[in-house]
Parts: sequence; C-alpha cells; structure tokens
Amino acid sequence: MSEGLVRAAGHTLVGEGVADRLRRQWPWLAALAVALIVPWLSFDWTTGRHSGFSVSMLSQMGIMIIFALSYNMQMGQAGLLSFGHAVFLGLGGYVTAHALNAARSGTLPVPLELTPLAGGLGGLAFAILLGYIATKQRATAFAMITLGIGELVTSCALMFQTFFGGEGGVSTNRMIGRSLVGVSYAAPIQVYYLIVVWTAMAVALMLLLTRTPLGRMANACRDNFERAQFVGYDPRMVRFVQFSLSGFFAGIAGALYTLTYEIVTYDTLSGAMSANALLMTYIGGVGVFAGPVIGAVLVVLLQSWVSLLSNSWLVYAGVLFILMVTFAPGGIGGLVMMHQPIWRARGLGRLAGPYLRLLVPGLLVAVGFVLVIELCSFLTIGAAQGKTFSLSRVTIEPRTPLPWAVAAVLLVGGGLWLRHAVAGFAAAWHAVVDRIKAAETRA
Amino acid sequence: MTVPALRLTDVHKSFGPTAVIMGVSLDVAAGSRHAIIGPNGAGKTTLFNLVSGRFPLSAGHIELHGRRIDGLAPHEITRRGLSRSFQVTSIFSRLSVFENVRCGLLWSRGYRYSFWHLLARERRLNDAAERLLADVNLESRRDLPAGLLSYAEQRALEIGITIAGGADTILLDEPTAGMSRSEADHAVALIRRITAGKTLVMVEHDMSVVFDLADVVTVLVYGEVIASGPPAEIRANRAVQDAYLGAEVA
Repeated sequence: MSEGLVRAAGHTLVGEGVADRLRRQWPWLAALAVALIVPWLSFDWTTGRHSGFSVSMLSQMGIMIIFALSYNMQMGQAGLLSFGHAVFLGLGGYVTAHALNAARSGTLPVPLELTPLAGGLGGLAFAILLGYIATKQRATAFAMITLGIGELVTSCALMFQTFFGGEGGVSTNRMIGRSLVGVSYAAPIQVYYLIVVWTAMAVALMLLLTRTPLGRMANACRDNFERAQFVGYDPRMVRFVQFSLSGFFAGIAGALYTLTYEIVTYDTLSGAMSANALLMTYIGGVGVFAGPVIGAVLVVLLQSWVSLLSNSWLVYAGVLFILMVTFAPGGIGGLVMMHQPIWRARGLGRLAGPYLRLLVPGLLVAVGFVLVIELCSFLTIGAAQGKTFSLSRVTIEPRTPLPWAVAAVLLVGGGLWLRHAVAGFAAAWHAVVDRIKAAETRA
Repeated sequence: MTVPALRLTDVHKSFGPTAVIMGVSLDVAAGSRHAIIGPNGAGKTTLFNLVSGRFPLSAGHIELHGRRIDGLAPHEITRRGLSRSFQVTSIFSRLSVFENVRCGLLWSRGYRYSFWHLLARERRLNDAAERLLADVNLESRRDLPAGLLSYAEQRALEIGITIAGGADTILLDEPTAGMSRSEADHAVALIRRITAGKTLVMVEHDMSVVFDLADVVTVLVYGEVIASGPPAEIRANRAVQDAYLGAEVA
C-alpha cells in the first residue's frame, strides 16, 4: 500500500520542482537546442548567407513533425486509420493564404506570427464538418470514409476556383508588414525560427493532450470501444473530438507550409500527402508519442537529401516502410523502447558486439541493394536524362556485366552472412533479456 | 410499495426467426442480490445485453428506478447508474491496470470529454483510483499493462472497472467462470464486499456461489422464467430440479 501511495505522489507531481520536471524532459529540450543550432552549421560565413537547401529542409521537418503527430492522434492514439488526413493540412494552408492576402490588403489586422492560428482554426472547422461524417464509423469503414473525403476535397479544389484557385493554387506573400517582434520575414531563416516556435508549442500541446481524460479515453476506445460505452462514454463522441483536435494541428502545419512556400496548391490536399503522413508515422512508430517526430525527420531527409542523389528515393522510402512494417511494427520508436529496460539494467554494452557483427553484413546488403536499384535506374530514367552513374571519380557503366555481378555478390553473399549474423544476434539478445529478468526476480 | 431497482416487463428478444427471450417479467428489489441461473442457451447473457442496452428489445420494456431505459444507448444507461461486467473479460488491454480503473471513474466524476484537465493533477480522482485498486487487490500490478494480468486478476480488474463509476445497480456476468475453487471463493468475498448496499444482478453457473451470495434466485429456461424466489425455495422447487439443477442439488 505504502509503495502505491509513493508512486501516486509521483504521479500527482507533488513536491517536484521545476528543475526536476525540466530534467525529465531533456530529450525534448535537446531536440529544441539542435533545431535552433542546426541552421548555423550550413551557414556560409564568407557570403553571410544561410544554405537555402538546408533551411528549406529543416522548415519542412518542422511542418511534417506537426503533421505526423496530428496524424498519430488518430492512428496510434485512437486506433483510427485515416487515408485523408492531408485534407486538413491543405485546407489549413488555403485558409492561411487567404488570411495573409486579407492581412496584406489591410482587412485583417493580425501580426504574421499569429496567422498559423487561422490555419489551425480552418483545419478545426473543416475537421468538425467532415469528422462529423467520418467518425460515425470506426475501423475499416472509417478508413473508407476518409479515403472518400480525401478524393472529394481534392476534386472540389479543382471546381471551386475562388477558394482553391484551380490548378494554379493560391499564391500569397508573407511580408504583410505587421509583426509582434518587428521581423519582416523576408528571409527563409526568419520563417524557420517561427516554425520552430510553433512546432515546439504544437508538440507540447499534443503531448499534454495525451494526458487528459479525452486522450486517455481515445486510448481506451482504441483498445476496446465497447467497454468504453459501459463506463459511460460515447465512443463516437470520443472519436469526433479527437478527430477535430487532430484537424486543428494539421491546419497549423498547413499554415506553416503556406508561410514557407507562399503558395498552396491542391497537392497539399492529395492522397499522396495523406500517404506521407501514414509513412512518417509508421516508420517512426505509432505506439510511442515521439515516434512520428523521428519518422518525419527521417522521411523529410529521404525526400530532400536522397532525392538529390538519386532518382529512386521513393523506392528507398517504400522499402524502408515495408521493412519496418514487417520486422519492426512498432517503428523506430518501438525499437528504441525495446532497448529501454536493457539500458536501465546497464546491459547495452553486451549488445555492442552483436550489433557490430550485424552492421557489416547489413551494410553489404544495403550497398548491393542500392547498386541494383541505381543500375536499373540509370538503364532507364538516367539514360533518358543523359546522366552517367559515377561514384566519386569512378564511372560505372550499367551496360557492362561487372557492376551487376558485384551487386549480385554483395546481395547474395551479404544476405547469407546477414542471416547467420541475425541468428547470433537473436541469441545474444535473448541472453541479455534473460539475464535482466533473472536479476529482477532475484531483487 | 417501493419502486424496484430494476423492472422487466414482458421482455421479448428474437434474432431473426429465433426467439431467445420470450416474455420475461422480473422485479429486482433495490439493495438485493439477485442471481439468474439456467442451463446453457437459456438466454441469461442475452437478458443482460438487453438490460444494459447492448441489444435492442423486440418487445416489452425495462425500467431502472421507475424510469424507462429500453431504447437508450449503453453509455446512456451506464450514466443512469447501471453498470455491467462481461462474461468474456473486457478490459483496456494496452492500458495499465491503474489507467483501466481510472477510465472507469472518469465519466462519473464529471470529466466528460475534457481535454483541459491533466489527469496527473486530479488528486481526488487518482486517490479514488488507488483506493479502488486496493479494493480489488491489484495494487501490486498497478503499472502492468492489463493484458498481461493472469486470468483471475483480469476478472478482478473487470469487476473493478464495473464498480468504478459508482453505479447503484450492478450486473455481473459469470464473475467466477473459469476460476479455481480458491479463486472463486476469493472473488465471492470480493463481490460481497464491494457490492454492499448496492443492487446486484448476477448470472452464475456455480451453484455454491449462487446459494452463498444471492437473496433471490431466478431460474431462466429457454427464454422463460420458470421460478423466482429465495434460494431455499428454489432449491426445493421440483420443476427447477427437473429442468436444471438435477443431481447437482440432490
């Protein structure tokens, strides 16, 4: 009993200082620090300019972090698989574009820093409207309705020209000349820091939401919607409120998108964008709050950085997705959480060797796979674009047998080696876990 | 004449052409412990599903403290103070044991769909959840995901969730099913303790549990009530013995 009370006290945060609370949130604070510092790593001191590429990529990461987390409010937390989440990102973006245009013409006296709120409210309003229909159902029927809503809104975008601007979309200008802190937002880096602030606020709010009665009942309805009814909750209402709030955050992401690119087109509403949310969330992990954050960072990296190096980035994203769903359904977040008890028991050192033995064949297979994909790509698209396949100074000719043979050897040889290494790793893993369990029962 | 806690009047239920409940009328006095027994397929669980709003009635009506509840959704019936457990354990398997109990408390404590309260700061709610956890002897399992509990522990948790909302009328569907003798004895003691002063309706197969716990026993056979009365009377009833109890009581 006393043990229970002590833990209860821990739960109510009694006697816990601000410093303690901050210390517990160190991963978030570290992430925030990294976000603030990273743009300066690519700063060109001779010209005094930021790298446009990395600032744009980092901005997109912030936007996608909010988008993926808002998606997981439905997917991971409420068990609702949506195929139309981009609708709220896009609509939030359109509302923001119109708000910015109104602000520039002087009819809407708001400072730029607060315009994301317009996107959020737009997302919320449309989520209330469309969520009212979608959340009548759950599970597969819900997924089908969201798919329909996604198609419906995308086709509306081409029909209602005044709001959506047709195929050209709606252009805007973020320099509305009204700011809370006197910044013009002419430079992308200024918008980036605004995104950091909004992302930090949105992440904090979404994290707090998971600790409210609504957040908890969303989990409960996910686990057992029928039981939720018999503790007095209407699961439909839980879905509806959760869905609406999720639309609010997606709308904020859309607003930040508009501020970054100063144009919104119907691509932002499309099924591809919705699939992106699913991809990021799943790769990052649906079961851990921070999972989608990891997924968003990784997928944006793939999209912007790997797409510079290769035509085939989508193949890699797809293969990564399949690998994660097959071998690590908990995503990267789930993999990290698996290591937590081992880390606490100071058993991670015992896994270092097995991991290293896994790394070499793993890399061989990866290199072999990339080689095959790139050879194929250079045979077809690359040839059409007149590109040559070169690694540092060596030019690889995809029409000769040698590179194909090398790729095959890497794939097959590495694959066999990897299989062997995986068996060894599994044995080492179980040995460590068993040791921890034995230590626990002794304690 | 006081209003019964629960009154069923000529309740019928058919699934397609199959009639499962054929005109059941039943009064459950407030504060009594009422057992419903009957052979497999008699419609006991169906009766619970009708009362708790899980299935709609085909005909008849049901009153809770004199107010009609048939036709209401399960959550509306639960909010009026009727709570039920399930024969097949029904808990929130990925939430911790503590969270399960706390979910049971939320609505009755007025939190509704709040997204502006932080659960960790709701001291009275958390204290109540801890007390409830102690009531069902699951303090030592507090932070374990409910799905990892043993069978008997899950049954105890199920009862904990069922009584959490402070309902005054409680329906327990085979609370001791699948338990060993000692586990069942433990469960009976638990049920007796936590339903004190409340109205209890239970479906039960274990006759020792029934005669130990119940003030009134109703025998349901093929969708009809064939006898209802104090345990001693039921035990002596020849029709009941023929239809159901048979050698078990003799």
